[in-house]
Amino acid sequence: MRAALVGLIFSTCSLAASSTPALAYLAYVTNEKGNSISVIDLDKLEVVRTAKVGQRPRGIVVNKEGTQIFICAGDDDTINIVDAKTLQIIGDLPSGPDPELLILSPDGKLVYLSNENDNLVTTIDINTRKVVGEIPVGVEPEGMALSPDGKILVNTSETTNMAHLIDPQKKEIIANILVGARPRFAQFTPDGSELWVSAEVGGTISVIDPVKHAVTQKIEFAIPGLPKEAIQPVGIRISRDGKTAFVALGPANRVAVIDTASKQVTKYLLVGQRVWQLAFTPDEKYLLSTNGVSNDVSVIDVAGLKVVKSIPVGSFPWGVAVSPQ
Amino acid sequence: MFSGKCVRAYIAAIALCSAVPLACSHAQPAQTPAQTPVMSIAVGVLRTAHSKETISILDIPPDNDLLAGAELGLQDNATTGKFTNQEFTLKDRKLADGEDTAEAVRQFAKDGIHLIIADLPAAQLLAAADAGKQSNTLLFNASALDDRLREEDCRANVFHTAPTRSMLADGLAEYLIWKQWRRWFLVFGSHPEDQLLADAIRRSAKKFGAKIVEERLYQDTGGGRRSDSGSVQTQRQMPVLTQNAPAYDVLVAADESDVFAGYLPYRTWDPRPVAGSGGLKPTSWDATHEQWGAAQLQNRFYRLFNRSMNARDNQAWMAMRMIGEAVTRTHSNDPAKLREFLVGPDFSFAAFKGQRLTLRSWNLQVRQPILLGDGRSIVSVSPQEGFLHQTSELDTLGYDRPETKCVLR
Repeated sequence: MRAALVGLIFSTCSLAASSTPALAYLAYVTNEKGNSISVIDLDKLEVVRTAKVGQRPRGIVVNKEGTQIFICAGDDDTINIVDAKTLQIIGDLPSGPDPELLILSPDGKLVYLSNENDNLVTTIDINTRKVVGEIPVGVEPEGMALSPDGKILVNTSETTNMAHLIDPQKKEIIANILVGARPRFAQFTPDGSELWVSAEVGGTISVIDPVKHAVTQKIEFAIPGLPKEAIQPVGIRISRDGKTAFVALGPANRVAVIDTASKQVTKYLLVGQRVWQLAFTPDEKYLLSTNGVSNDVSVIDVAGLKVVKSIPVGSFPWGVAVSPQ
Repeated sequence: MFSGKCVRAYIAAIALCSAVPLACSHAQPAQTPAQTPVMSIAVGVLRTAHSKETISILDIPPDNDLLAGAELGLQDNATTGKFTNQEFTLKDRKLADGEDTAEAVRQFAKDGIHLIIADLPAAQLLAAADAGKQSNTLLFNASALDDRLREEDCRANVFHTAPTRSMLADGLAEYLIWKQWRRWFLVFGSHPEDQLLADAIRRSAKKFGAKIVEERLYQDTGGGRRSDSGSVQTQRQMPVLTQNAPAYDVLVAADESDVFAGYLPYRTWDPRPVAGSGGLKPTSWDATHEQWGAAQLQNRFYRLFNRSMNARDNQAWMAMRMIGEAVTRTHSNDPAKLREFLVGPDFSFAAFKGQRLTLRSWNLQVRQPILLGDGRSIVSVSPQEGFLHQTSELDTLGYDRPETKCVLR
């Protein structure tokens, strides 16, 4: 703990000395119980603004231009559209009941989201703010992913324990693949050859061949001194070069670093308590993790594979998105 | 294997659908063109009535007590079944007082039902298990708390989703020790199950180093729980019951029969917290539990049944999910194959308790965290930090493998 603090002071100092105005990425963190978002200046590595949003905000994305933020406000049964400049809610999307996670289509025109209470994946046209598609999936849909070519939409359903592969054009299920218990998050490798799905309760990552529709490998985790039950994989991020994957391990309070070629865990990074979701900065200098129980965000130095700072945010931080600008 | 025999089960399912339209998702055609023919999985619910004599009006068991949990579990399984081409059906059988339990199990078998979720007292559960042995029937005990059903009277065809009294008592004890409330005043009721719970509490005290400084019996002299002048009397009775006790930190009540423990909070002679059957209660589930996604299960339940999910409902839901999990993973409805999977090393399932639930292979008890609630919110969840175990911290709750008297057969 003390060592971590020392490291933290050092890194802040060096950052302050070398800070340049060019690196002014902003991270937006949803605070599930705070009903707010915290805005982190990634130059200063501190919260610069906090804004009220809808009830129980979880899933969050920023559009390509960095001008609008979309937030699943689960208890309000809506998606808030927030202006990135003013942080005011400028509109809502009719998400249906209890939206949890959402992603944008590659052209930025559509929102795909999971309705946890309604066993549906919903597609919304952002311009018209109308629902243009509903696809029935398993019980408690959560994780959402889109293949790099935009041809496969993926949803994971937590109680059904499946990854549903969906044709977003036809709005039809192509395949249903059984994975570990309580799948939370799905992520394609940058080349689209692999789909990674985390199973929170199963404690594994299923690596899926999206063409053959089959699980090809299961990645397991073991941390000395921690019971197996405490290892609960949730958020996954894979570096742009496709070489390194990072997996948030929930109450294990660690982010696993995985070599994607060998599927071996190379390091466990100690972060805050109950780590949920992850996001890279656009330059992949930092990886941010939301730590729900300790109410903070850990900043991971991606090159050095070190946690360099923890930033206090609101109550029960859940999702994180970084502005591309 | 159920072909031609599951007509009645289908009728039951249709009746359920007309009553609960939301439960009908399994009646829709499969979403994907599945190659395999539809597999039917028929589950029976065998239950007896619970006493409606409760201290709190909130605790009166509803008519669909436990059954509702099984129905929600069925619906969850059916949604998955749409993708795997598996159809789940449910048949409810409520036994009248004195009805033959074994005969009901044999009738289920005749109807092609070999998976039974049981809400039966210990003796009847054993009768059902022994009758089910001949028909290769698996039972899931979703209500009986008796340790003997997992110990000297364990059966190879009975899984237990309900926790035991020793698990509940240990779950409470770990928290009381964590709070440094080590001096306990034990007040127990006069019914056999109250005595069993008192035994479990005494065992927990010994196991975790608490001291029972005083024990008192509360004799049930009969009478209705909710007379119009109830509070006038209890306000005078409870202080008398608890006066002149040696110095203690917490009063622990053993009153499974719900005769007096609910009256103890705020009425003890000394100003002390109450735990056990009143005040802070250990349980497998509570209507106020919402951590770890539990809010979603509570919402689904409330939407279907317009009431909250109680512990028995949840234990039946767990049983149905265990069946669903075994069916999806094995692609089978053969009880022998399902059993093999459930007792195997790969089985675990999610039940909104913050970690995977697994099975104690030596007695078929589901390992589970114990919630501690006061009826308004969840105060804590055991196992508590610092109570360590070489295989699973959940095995700090209840009788552990080295102590077991169970020989499965």
